[in-house]
Amino acid sequence: MTNQEVAQELVRQFGDYVTDLDEPFGLLTLTTTREQIIPLLQYLKDHKTYKVSFLTDLTGVHYPDNAGQEFCVVYHVHSLVNNFRIRIKVFVSEADIHVPSATVLYASANWMERETFDFYGILFDGHPNLTRILNMEEMDYHPMRKQYPLEDGTREDKIDALFGR
Amino acid sequence: MVEAPEGHEGAGFFATSLDKVVGMARANSLWPLPFATSCCGIEFMASMASHYDFARFGSERPSFSPRQADLLMVMGTIAKKMAPIVKQVYLQMAEPRWVIAMGACASSGGIFDTYSVLQGIDRIIPVDVYIPGCPPRPEQVIDGLMQIQEMARNESTRRRNTDEYQLLLNSYGIQ
Amino acid sequence: MTTEDLSIDAVGARNTPATPEGPIQYVNELTTLNLGPTHPATHGIFQNILQMDGEKIVSGEQTIGYIHRAFEKIAERRPFYQITTLTDRMNYCSSPINNLGWMMTVEKLLGVKTPKRADYIRVIMMELARISDHLICNGILGVDTGAFTGFLYLFEERENIYEIYEEMCGARLTTNMGRIGGMERDLSAEAIRKIRKFLKDFPPVMKEFEKLFNRNRIFMDRVVDVGPITGERALNYGFTGPNLRAAGVDYDVRVMNPYSSYEDFEFEIPVGESGDTYDRFMVRNEEIWQSLRIIEQALDKLPEGPYYADAPDYYLPPKQEVYKNMEALIYHFKIVMGEIDAPVGEVYHAVEGGNGELGFYLISDGGRAPYRLHFRRPSFIYYQAFPEMCKGTTLSDAIVIMSSLNVIAGELDA
Repeated sequence: MTNQEVAQELVRQFGDYVTDLDEPFGLLTLTTTREQIIPLLQYLKDHKTYKVSFLTDLTGVHYPDNAGQEFCVVYHVHSLVNNFRIRIKVFVSEADIHVPSATVLYASANWMERETFDFYGILFDGHPNLTRILNMEEMDYHPMRKQYPLEDGTREDKIDALFGR
Repeated sequence: MVEAPEGHEGAGFFATSLDKVVGMARANSLWPLPFATSCCGIEFMASMASHYDFARFGSERPSFSPRQADLLMVMGTIAKKMAPIVKQVYLQMAEPRWVIAMGACASSGGIFDTYSVLQGIDRIIPVDVYIPGCPPRPEQVIDGLMQIQEMARNESTRRRNTDEYQLLLNSYGIQ
Repeated sequence: MTTEDLSIDAVGARNTPATPEGPIQYVNELTTLNLGPTHPATHGIFQNILQMDGEKIVSGEQTIGYIHRAFEKIAERRPFYQITTLTDRMNYCSSPINNLGWMMTVEKLLGVKTPKRADYIRVIMMELARISDHLICNGILGVDTGAFTGFLYLFEERENIYEIYEEMCGARLTTNMGRIGGMERDLSAEAIRKIRKFLKDFPPVMKEFEKLFNRNRIFMDRVVDVGPITGERALNYGFTGPNLRAAGVDYDVRVMNPYSSYEDFEFEIPVGESGDTYDRFMVRNEEIWQSLRIIEQALDKLPEGPYYADAPDYYLPPKQEVYKNMEALIYHFKIVMGEIDAPVGEVYHAVEGGNGELGFYLISDGGRAPYRLHFRRPSFIYYQAFPEMCKGTTLSDAIVIMSSLNVIAGELDA
């Protein structure tokens, strides 16, 4: 089971919906659309030989300069039987920031999606309880977006000249 | 064993001031409330366990109920989400109460100058002793405790009724 | 047991007194119980809101984020070396694993190949960290079942591990002992002596601990068949590490994707059967023995040679040089302040942390700091399963389950 084989199989199955195939540091990476992400994960999970049935990680990335594709959701899935990992990316725009929830396939996606929502405001459709998880409910912005500052606004003892804030 | 305070001694009697006796009793039976949130909590466990044995200083019983605690030990990062809970715990404690901020995070926010971290617990409750370090070594924790003991020993029994103390509490919005 | 099974008859809910009009009326009254965020048995701050029917738990919901420190946001502003302060404070029970895992991620991105000696020293340190992590978990599980003795025994041994750390880097808990390309210091003769002493002194204590717990009737009654989870459910919930292995799935990153020369060592992966609290306890105990085996092998086979890679752009120059030599000082400054740009790339690297697969997903855009750094924190992912595991059990069982899951608040909230 090599990257080549899996990539060919996925391209054969999903055609144009699988793009940007790459393997940085040996990890097969591909991009798909949000309509196809759940079928793709489902296909990998149910595949007779691949058995990619472990969701290692799910997270978001913000690319503010990437007009029309500002947000990216990254899935790392792992086939424990074949010891094979795939990274799948889905890009969405800020105006229409919806991605279907992977909780239908993996129970572990629940909190990871909540965390991604909390940090980036990406809305996972079909999620059972899409609320903030780490930050306070009252928070009115999504702090991991690049435009928001890291620092606590109430500190007065730190100035730019000293700390380069 | 604790040394007896200064006083007049004679056959069958011992006379000293009430403050001193009360101070001695308080200082040697401080019941700490370990409010452990992160890394410093593990170092507190180490100072509580057999090797460093916190109990030698009269703090045998960590009191997890604020009602029966004298000393609030805040150990670790306090996030803004956690801040009201720290305050609540402090309010539930009976006077006299002392507070130790253990570690850089509890004292000043430490390396976490971020949107989610409270920049030092002295923004919400008054603190008596700050223990620096990230995390402090158990020796430092014990030193911090001994400083509290020193304060408790020498504190006037009426200090908590003074206007200054009321002003201090009022500045934190505590009645 | 599901919610439906917990009908009035099944649990014998409190009844109202018999009225003259009719027989005894049963009412199914649920109590809401707040476990946390400062409950002594949570060992860290997170809240469990439990719906209780008498002493039985009907459902539960967790609130977390009470120690959210914005690690990932800080990481976007800090050069690679300064991120070690974050990784060390993530799972603070086993910070060398976090620290060295991050170093390995950066090395993967930069293409730095570490020498064998550095790998072996790392293995020794990471296995010591694993032991100290499991000691906390199992010691505290003892406390939660009413046996304080085990905790005191094991913490004494943890002090010995701390002394080895101190020999390596000077710190006890937040040990920043790794450097990009190797280790900060070589394993000194004193450190080797201390490790040898630990290898000799620790097994009798561990045996005593096991004698106290493993077949202890009271302990077994508290933990056997408490909070079981099947392998399938565990995988679906993203379990990794000892908790997954207790459920019967033999997944270990050290074997599946060996890093830091783990393939050179012989060790076994202990696997449980039912995934209950007792299995988790036993798997951790056995892993401690396996870790000791690895450390012994690594010490015996410790190769000679440099303990850092020849990567002057990333490995800090020796301190003596920095004081005397202009170039060394400039390099020191450049490296520490992150003046050296990293290559563009996207890396996922995983190590077997104390609680499972600890992953680092790093996107570098060629700048001094990561464009995005995401930590795959094992306890954040598997703690989701807690309500399912404690449903239908009693409150005292829930405490034991939570304790055996070893949820570390720093890792949970990042």
